[in-house]
Amino acid sequence: MIALFFRDLKLSVRAGGGTMIGVLFFMTVVAVVPFGVGPDLNLLSRIGPAMLWIGALLASLLGLDRLFQAEREDGSLDLLLMQETPLLMTVFVKCAAHWAATGLPLVIASPLLGLFMNMNELAIGATMLTLLAGTPAITFIGAVGAAVAVALPRGGLLVSILVLPLAIPVLIFGVSAVYAAIEDPAPFLPPFMILMAITLFFAVIGPVAAAAALRHSAD
Amino acid sequence: MSENSLAIRKFSDLANPTRFLALADRVLPWFAACTVLFFAAGVWLSFTTEGDYQQGETVRIMYVHVPAAWLSMMCYTVMAISALGTLVWRHPLADVSAKAAAPIGACFTFLALVTGSLWGKPMWGAWWVWDARLTSVFVLFLMYLGLIALNRAMDDPARSARVSAVLVLVGFVNIPIIKFSVEWWNTLHQPASVLRLDGPTIDPEFLWPLLTMAVAFTLLFFTLHIAAMRNEIWRRRVTSLRRQAVRNAGREAQAL
Amino acid sequence: MRLLAEGLSARRGEDLIFNDISFALGEGDALVVTGPNGSGKSTLLRVLAGLLRAESGRLRIEGGPAEIAHPYELSHYLGHRNAMKQELTVRENLSFWQHFMGDSPGGSGIDVAAAAEAVGLAGITHLPFGYLSAGQQRRMAMAKLLVAYRPIWLLDEPTAALDAGADRLFAALVTAHLERGGIIIAATHQPLGLGSTQSLQMKGFTH
Repeated sequence: MIALFFRDLKLSVRAGGGTMIGVLFFMTVVAVVPFGVGPDLNLLSRIGPAMLWIGALLASLLGLDRLFQAEREDGSLDLLLMQETPLLMTVFVKCAAHWAATGLPLVIASPLLGLFMNMNELAIGATMLTLLAGTPAITFIGAVGAAVAVALPRGGLLVSILVLPLAIPVLIFGVSAVYAAIEDPAPFLPPFMILMAITLFFAVIGPVAAAAALRHSAD
Repeated sequence: MSENSLAIRKFSDLANPTRFLALADRVLPWFAACTVLFFAAGVWLSFTTEGDYQQGETVRIMYVHVPAAWLSMMCYTVMAISALGTLVWRHPLADVSAKAAAPIGACFTFLALVTGSLWGKPMWGAWWVWDARLTSVFVLFLMYLGLIALNRAMDDPARSARVSAVLVLVGFVNIPIIKFSVEWWNTLHQPASVLRLDGPTIDPEFLWPLLTMAVAFTLLFFTLHIAAMRNEIWRRRVTSLRRQAVRNAGREAQAL
Repeated sequence: MRLLAEGLSARRGEDLIFNDISFALGEGDALVVTGPNGSGKSTLLRVLAGLLRAESGRLRIEGGPAEIAHPYELSHYLGHRNAMKQELTVRENLSFWQHFMGDSPGGSGIDVAAAAEAVGLAGITHLPFGYLSAGQQRRMAMAKLLVAYRPIWLLDEPTAALDAGADRLFAALVTAHLERGGIIIAATHQPLGLGSTQSLQMKGFTH
């Protein structure tokens, strides 16, 4: 299992992997926003957390379709399916590796982009914390989409379409937790706890469903 | 020996759908007739009862909107049960049912959204507000479209059925989350303008036409669903006959 | 240990690929599956590997380790594709599969360098897998069979893309595995150069 984790990590960090592209895409999306809404700093600092969250959501969907498709193309998926270790664990570890390679860099890059959006320290800290808690959920949901679309020749776009509606709760609670932290009256903890609950929930549901879909889509 | 056992298995495979086709032929006219009757009664009731003193004539939109919204949920439930049937019991008709229900559900959801929008304009002064119900129904609509896209993208019906069944079930788990999360989000941001239609609080003046229309819509759903299932079975038979024709052509070419 | 198949049949989509295939293999036995393209050789191997569900029939192990639920957990599967990553070095690829697969009870795999030597490619394990020629890649995929021990080998066209020398080398690997009491099921067009084997002729199924 640890071997699988490090192998996937190596694959995404090496040339052609998703890490750099994900972070670059994240930066580009966030950098485009001021061109769209204008350079008004007050406005930017107000919508900043939401923009960072949307950018992170889109960026973490970016490489997800390759999660199982790359394994299928070179035949590795067959061997992964055949092992004594439960497929559930294999999927879970693959998700964890994918998150560590693509989700974690987004979290680390977010403070820098927060400065661009004229956010204060509290808002940047809260955004980083919610991204840290919320992006794994997106990866776990995305694994279901990736597993469902694994056999499709052009599954990439379909994965995003299937996954985005399911990822909406994560976005809602992530953003509302950040705003709760900035605006005084609303408490920060309830939405944050729900965000973590969603992540834990999908950490169970995602691998179960993805494993089922992979078993059934084998041909 | 092998030829014989194959013939037997093919027959038992078809037995279930065949019985379904016979049943569908028998019940469809009755369902259709009941649907028409209830719709006639419902429309008559809807337009003869008084309008609301506040909302005026626009309240009559409710008689289409509410049943459509209720059916959009029920259709997804039917799909989720069918998905269970596909994955757990491997029932041969379950995936036909799920596949046939998706476009119908999408249509009812679309109808609910459009009528809601038409109703919202005079009531709230806007075609669309991001309130709890609207958003959750919109997400439901997106999920229907995604499922239809997935069904169309896969050519092998057996495989696409099992795979999309997984997705239907995951989506079903997500429905309550979307509903409650958006309500939470709503209380933080804007005052709730949720429509409340608890049965007892509504005036009987509105209740009767509403119930009639709800029954009519439900009957309509079952009529459409059975018809769509029948079409899907026929479509699959045509496909397998075509495959057979290709194989036979190949054999004749070899024999020549 | 014996591997028993009873009345296996499989279908893809609507089409029945093969019907009622039975065999029994003991330790040291090999089964060579032959037949024209499209006759279901690959499908049979994928059913044996647990990657496709059999339409009917049973597959079981007799006298094997107790904790094994399915025969495929005791099997190596070498398909048309090599299951190696182009971006990783040969050593990384092989040692990943060694750690991930682990050894089945009753044997142990050899280390990566020894496996590379066994397929005649010692000394290039530090190169990325993508740099190797097609024949070399195929040989390294065979080295994968050696790094983790599995009593049953399922080989789908194992000698495709190999020249005559590599063919002989592969025959030696197969013979060594059989002498250790392994079981081999191979689908192939050309003879593998094995001694005593059972053979199964797939004819393709017509309705």
